[in-house]
Amino acid sequence: MTDLTSPTPGITRLLLGNEAIVRGALEAGVDVATTYPGTPASEIGDTFSRIAKAALKDGRDPGFYMEYAVNEKVALEIAAGASFTGLRALTSMKHVGLNVASDTFMTYLYIGCRGGHLIVSADDPFCHSSQNEQDNRYYALFAGAPMLEPTTPQEAKDMAKAGIELSESLKLPVLMRTTTRLSHARGPVTYGPLTPPRRKGTFVKDPLLVTIPATARAKHPELLKTLEKAEEIAETSPFNSIITIGRPSDIGIIASGVSYTYVKELATDLKLNTSILKLGMTNPLPARLCADFLKTHRTVLVVEELEPILENQLKTLAYDYKIPVTILGKSTGHFTRLYEYTPDIVATALSRAFDTKNPYPAPKRSSLPIPSRPPSLCPGCPHRATYYAVKKIAPKDTIYPTDIGCYTLGKAKPLEMADVLLCMGSNAGTACGFAVSTDQKIISFMGDSTFFHSGIPPIIDAVHHQHNVVITVLDNRTTAMTGHQPHPGTDSDGMGRKATRINVEDVVKGLGVTDIHVVDPNDIKATSEAFAKALAFKGPSVVVSKSPCILLELARKRKAQETIGLYAIDQSVCKRCKTCIGRFGCPALYFAEDGSVHIDPTQCNGCGNCVQVCPFKAIHPEAKS
Amino acid sequence: MKGKISIVLTGVGGQGVITAAKMLGDAAVKAGVSVYVSEIHGMAQRGGDVVCTVRMGAVESPMLPMGTADALVSTEPVEALRNVMYVHAKTKLVTDTNPTIPFTVAAGGEPYPKLEVILKELASFAQVYPVDAIALAKQAGAVITKNIVLLGALSAVDVLPFSPEVLLQAILDDVPPKYQEFNKRAFEAGRQAVSKKK
Repeated sequence: MTDLTSPTPGITRLLLGNEAIVRGALEAGVDVATTYPGTPASEIGDTFSRIAKAALKDGRDPGFYMEYAVNEKVALEIAAGASFTGLRALTSMKHVGLNVASDTFMTYLYIGCRGGHLIVSADDPFCHSSQNEQDNRYYALFAGAPMLEPTTPQEAKDMAKAGIELSESLKLPVLMRTTTRLSHARGPVTYGPLTPPRRKGTFVKDPLLVTIPATARAKHPELLKTLEKAEEIAETSPFNSIITIGRPSDIGIIASGVSYTYVKELATDLKLNTSILKLGMTNPLPARLCADFLKTHRTVLVVEELEPILENQLKTLAYDYKIPVTILGKSTGHFTRLYEYTPDIVATALSRAFDTKNPYPAPKRSSLPIPSRPPSLCPGCPHRATYYAVKKIAPKDTIYPTDIGCYTLGKAKPLEMADVLLCMGSNAGTACGFAVSTDQKIISFMGDSTFFHSGIPPIIDAVHHQHNVVITVLDNRTTAMTGHQPHPGTDSDGMGRKATRINVEDVVKGLGVTDIHVVDPNDIKATSEAFAKALAFKGPSVVVSKSPCILLELARKRKAQETIGLYAIDQSVCKRCKTCIGRFGCPALYFAEDGSVHIDPTQCNGCGNCVQVCPFKAIHPEAKS
Repeated sequence: MKGKISIVLTGVGGQGVITAAKMLGDAAVKAGVSVYVSEIHGMAQRGGDVVCTVRMGAVESPMLPMGTADALVSTEPVEALRNVMYVHAKTKLVTDTNPTIPFTVAAGGEPYPKLEVILKELASFAQVYPVDAIALAKQAGAVITKNIVLLGALSAVDVLPFSPEVLLQAILDDVPPKYQEFNKRAFEAGRQAVSKKK
């Protein structure tokens, strides 16, 4: 394990971008760290959690409090509360998490913070593991938040520390925007000294913390004034700098984020003569620094992933300062607003802008047909059993609103049990909309962590208006997709302390749902029957399908040294009806070249649900060898 | 070291690709070589295809232009084929020869090419070193060390800017004491598998 808490300055360690952010926060003496897990931000919270657990296990004070909050909005508010008492705080989330926290975020900038508070948004250009690729730099402009954009893990560490200090000096929360390629890149990081945390804050009352309209009207101009101060800081920030490759010429480059690292390396490889203005503190944009750079060039290429946020501001600057510069970027077709950039994309744009040969020719690919390999529900996943049980009894045109989590993978063949997905918690809301609009049956799905996150309000709506929906909570006792973080339905928290477990069915009962079914999906027949009853019920029904994530179950069995019994197919009984592969779709099952069906022992996790699925009783526990 | 070295690691989620990439990074740090590693987490953990990149020397980021990899290591043959755009004719391509058939083949009717066809195709793109990593890992004592077999093979194809001992030490630093011997044997078996062919 990396010694992230080492007090020794000057040592260099290979850190993930997300780990580097944690180190930076520790160097700033962070007191409170909150999060809701989401790729590519998850390792920030997980690293705080790991450090806290290790410390508490040894009877040491971890130096900070960490929490996996119920959702991003609550995470932000908990850290804001800590900041109001003068403590230093960090809140991390994936980009779409800031949508959930945006109500808090927008007004938080008006009233400001006291202890330094860094909000980390990990964006996901190319949607590696997200439902959209929104550019959260707009949130900094939208709310008026100072913003930092690191280019390497080292800079992520430095910026996390500097960001908390900047926040405290301006009394404004600071947004740090990373992307997948930064959060999930490892690079050498040289440690600085640790700052001792404060640990206890004091709340001093201030009427200006209450945003009644009169306060808000007073606070808004104050925010704009503070942003002027922030802009002065950006003018001389060490995170904004100019480097020269070869010798200066009349073509310059302005770049931010990981794209800057591609530009820096490729400019040398392409033997360009140019200057690069690297922007790390990008909001407020330092007008003088940028205008001076524009003035000294005839042409400037702007390299930034996703939206033309710098590009448009630079064009405004050129107009205001009457600078006759040509700005190349997205509007000139040198770059796209889509997906993440790669060295190849940047090399193509550079060679076009500088009218030089691209040394990296179009890549060759194989013309052989290659099977796709999308992620899938694990062998033994209880969600597969739930889906199979539902599919057996539901009418063909049943609508299946789904949600964010592993179970989204139920969209794939052969299950095809996902019809609509917007965002966290959207399953039950859209289900209610279908209920008022069509006579088709509706069965929606969400996980337990999603239920607590944002799945409860639409159930209240369904009860109040008596919408005829079946809402399923796939309760596997963990936040599985993001790496098995705890949630309000688990009995320990992110620091490894005992926590109060909240049962999904108790909550649902409290909301006024009368038709509640709690099932074990590994009993497929009973699960089908429960769903049939729920479908027959007029009004809202909730089915809680309870079975632990197979990965946790395997880990538990291994720890307890229980045997994991595998399964095999009796070839003399198998009729090759394909039910197990073609309808149930466990990835441990496969066809041999002669068409016979087998279970791959390296993939089988021993759930045994295929035994229930086989109509000919051809599947049985593997004989002990 | 002078110049730069780019290595692409590919395979299927759960086969230790990310772990192998991290071990290469740790070895570079041990050897005093500047290094960046790129990983993709999240959905990739559920049996999807995984690509990691490791770059050493005078590099600014872990991402490489296509066609510039010095080595490609794959824990699965079709995944090597999926990523041939990273290689050139002199790239050392080390791949396990054991297919992991994706569910899209069984459930979706997609084709999975025969191993001989894959290896022949790979050979038209790069210098291929096929390794039966599962058999060697089993012989070493634990099939889970298949990624270590492939790292051993990589250490024998004259790409790394540090000695095999440095890489082995980085590996052993990362595994619990009771698995040290398995990993040592797996690494050595991988080295031998390639050395014999050279």
